[in-house]
Amino acid sequence: MKVPGSYYLVVAAAMFCIGAIGLLIRRNALVMFMCVELMLNAVNLTFVTFARMLDDIGGQVFVFFTLVVAAAEVVIGLALIVSIFRRRQGATADDLNVLRG
Amino acid sequence: MSESLTVAWLIPAFPLVGFLVLFLGRRQLKEPVSGWIATLMMAGSFVSGVATWLKLMSFDEHQREVVLKGVEWMRAGGFSGRFGLLVDPLSITMVLFVTGVGALIHLYSIGYMHGQERFTRFFTFLNMFAFSMLVLVLAGNYLLVFLGWEGVGLCSYLLISFWFEKPSAARAGKKAFVANRVGDFGFMLAMFLIFSHLGTLDLPSALTGAGHLSAGTATAVALLLYLAAAGKSAQGPLFVWLPDAMEGPTPVSALIHAATMVTAGVYLLVRSHPFLEHAPAAGDVVAWVGALTALVAATIALVNNDIKRVLAYSTISQLGYMFLAVGVGAYVAAIFHMVTHAFFKALMFLGAGSVMHGMEDEQDMRVMGGLKKFMPITATTFIFGWLAIAGIVPFAGFWSKDEILASVWVGGEGVSAHYILWGIGALTAFLTAFYMTRQVRLVFYGEERWHKRLHHDPHESPKIMTTPLVVLAALSLIGGAINLPKEGLKFLAEWLAPALPGIEPLEVHSFGQGFVLSTVAVALGAIGIAWGVAVYRRGLTNGEDPMLARLGGLGRFFDRGWGIDPAVSYFVDRPGRKAAEVLSQSVDQGLIDGAVNGVAAVVAGLGRQVRRAQTGFVRNYALTLLSGATVLLFVFLLRGAV
Repeated sequence: MKVPGSYYLVVAAAMFCIGAIGLLIRRNALVMFMCVELMLNAVNLTFVTFARMLDDIGGQVFVFFTLVVAAAEVVIGLALIVSIFRRRQGATADDLNVLRG
Repeated sequence: MSESLTVAWLIPAFPLVGFLVLFLGRRQLKEPVSGWIATLMMAGSFVSGVATWLKLMSFDEHQREVVLKGVEWMRAGGFSGRFGLLVDPLSITMVLFVTGVGALIHLYSIGYMHGQERFTRFFTFLNMFAFSMLVLVLAGNYLLVFLGWEGVGLCSYLLISFWFEKPSAARAGKKAFVANRVGDFGFMLAMFLIFSHLGTLDLPSALTGAGHLSAGTATAVALLLYLAAAGKSAQGPLFVWLPDAMEGPTPVSALIHAATMVTAGVYLLVRSHPFLEHAPAAGDVVAWVGALTALVAATIALVNNDIKRVLAYSTISQLGYMFLAVGVGAYVAAIFHMVTHAFFKALMFLGAGSVMHGMEDEQDMRVMGGLKKFMPITATTFIFGWLAIAGIVPFAGFWSKDEILASVWVGGEGVSAHYILWGIGALTAFLTAFYMTRQVRLVFYGEERWHKRLHHDPHESPKIMTTPLVVLAALSLIGGAINLPKEGLKFLAEWLAPALPGIEPLEVHSFGQGFVLSTVAVALGAIGIAWGVAVYRRGLTNGEDPMLARLGGLGRFFDRGWGIDPAVSYFVDRPGRKAAEVLSQSVDQGLIDGAVNGVAAVVAGLGRQVRRAQTGFVRNYALTLLSGATVLLFVFLLRGAV
């Protein structure tokens, strides 16, 4: 059975929305971070789907770029979170507001 | 341009190199090496000037205006300023006497500045001055002229206050600088006006374009240029800085404040003569202010007792003559007198320096007297200068002064009441002869009044100082030969003719008229000398100046300089200061600072509001981002662009 491309797009959109809502409502930095990953991969899924549907390899190439950037971002983000944990009791994002204007 | 005049670049390059070498090597170079370097550079510049002159002579008469384009300095819109030179008979005439007299004065300075602290510094400034002056006279556009103009002003300031430990010297330097700024302001406005009407500051095209200006604009340009010239050349009430400038070392007075820099104003007006030709009213102003300045300065010189200040007032007076000539359109006569004046006035200043050198820096003529016996060379050469300035045949000053007076007499059509101007000029010639005789009598003849002041006899200066004196004395004797009033012998007039196109030479109508005018001029000089000798036969009588006693209240009035200096100070101090305060408070602090601070306040207020958006909560940013993206998404969807 051939699954229609739109199914994938719906799944991706759902994943993106879950990630976005999670990012907005959760306060734990680690969880927010995971939500960002969810959003990124939702977009990756969209790229791959469109690449298949439109028969264009460009979409898949883009996914590689996203993965690389995401990997770099994870490294820095986790390092930040670890150092926050070392200084503070928890990693509640709302407590970290020293950069306010 | 097939014929190249590349050698002209060397003229300003030599003193520039000298300046840089002395400046960079100021720690290593000591007396007398630095003095010799500076002098050699001036000599090199003179030789290059002569080479350029000879080359220019070989050109056809109508091709003796060579523009060396040089590199571009600045460009803005339609304006382009270049480091370019204009080599023509006028600029080369200036170059020759500036470098020639300059080299002699450099040589003299090696002896004069012997043993001085800051010896190298002195010659650094002297070379820098020569460079600026050469840029001024060789520049191919008004902007570069202005650069040289400011450069000589700066060097004048630095050299007047060379002995800055003395408060009076520091003050005199400041005064000169400020008085010159008044003139500079006129120069700048003149440049703006020329550019806005003619679209160029290049000398050849601006001068050609001057003919197309309306009479009003030409008059404004001419008067503004004259304001600049009056500041630099000590004319009208702006002369007050020049007597004070005598605080500087004497070679500086000779080079800058007698022979070269103060004549820059005359050069500027002669160079800009097309503007003057279109503005008869401006010519009137120049001639009248010149004549009155000549007369006033001569009367002050009558009663002054400072050996250098008498010469300073005399310089102002002679500059007045040159402007009188410019005002009536006798440009050649003005340049001619500028050259001969450079010879004899430099000679007399250096002579005065030599006297001071032998008398432990005494400047008061009341304690001199009888110095001829002790300083034979200085005295003899000084007497040459005296006869030259008094206008005695055949000395240089006779020919040039005679030409100016004759031009004023015959060439007055453009100027109102020129016979009165001639009368003022003649009276000044008579006074000049008188006060110079007074100076010579008081310094070199009569009773020896210095025994109380000095513990030893005055001595003659070393050879290095007397050699320039002898050369300048010879030039003062024969310098008139460059422009003799006879057809075929008017070398300077013929040489300058291509640089002064369309200028009819002012000539006496007949030999008889010229002869009478010359005889009157010589007679006035001779009477002045005779009267001076009679009055100062015995020097001072009982330590008092016989002339001052005879003049009574008038003498004291002259001695106070006609009250011009206090009047200028009063004007600057009261209304001037008041106006400056009003401007500073209402315009500067109110309007200009207000605008600047207002802009800053608006930006700061805006920032204060906007910073509230920066909450520091990551989730806030995420929400903003998301909402923004959503809005954009909807916009694109509705427009159907996706």
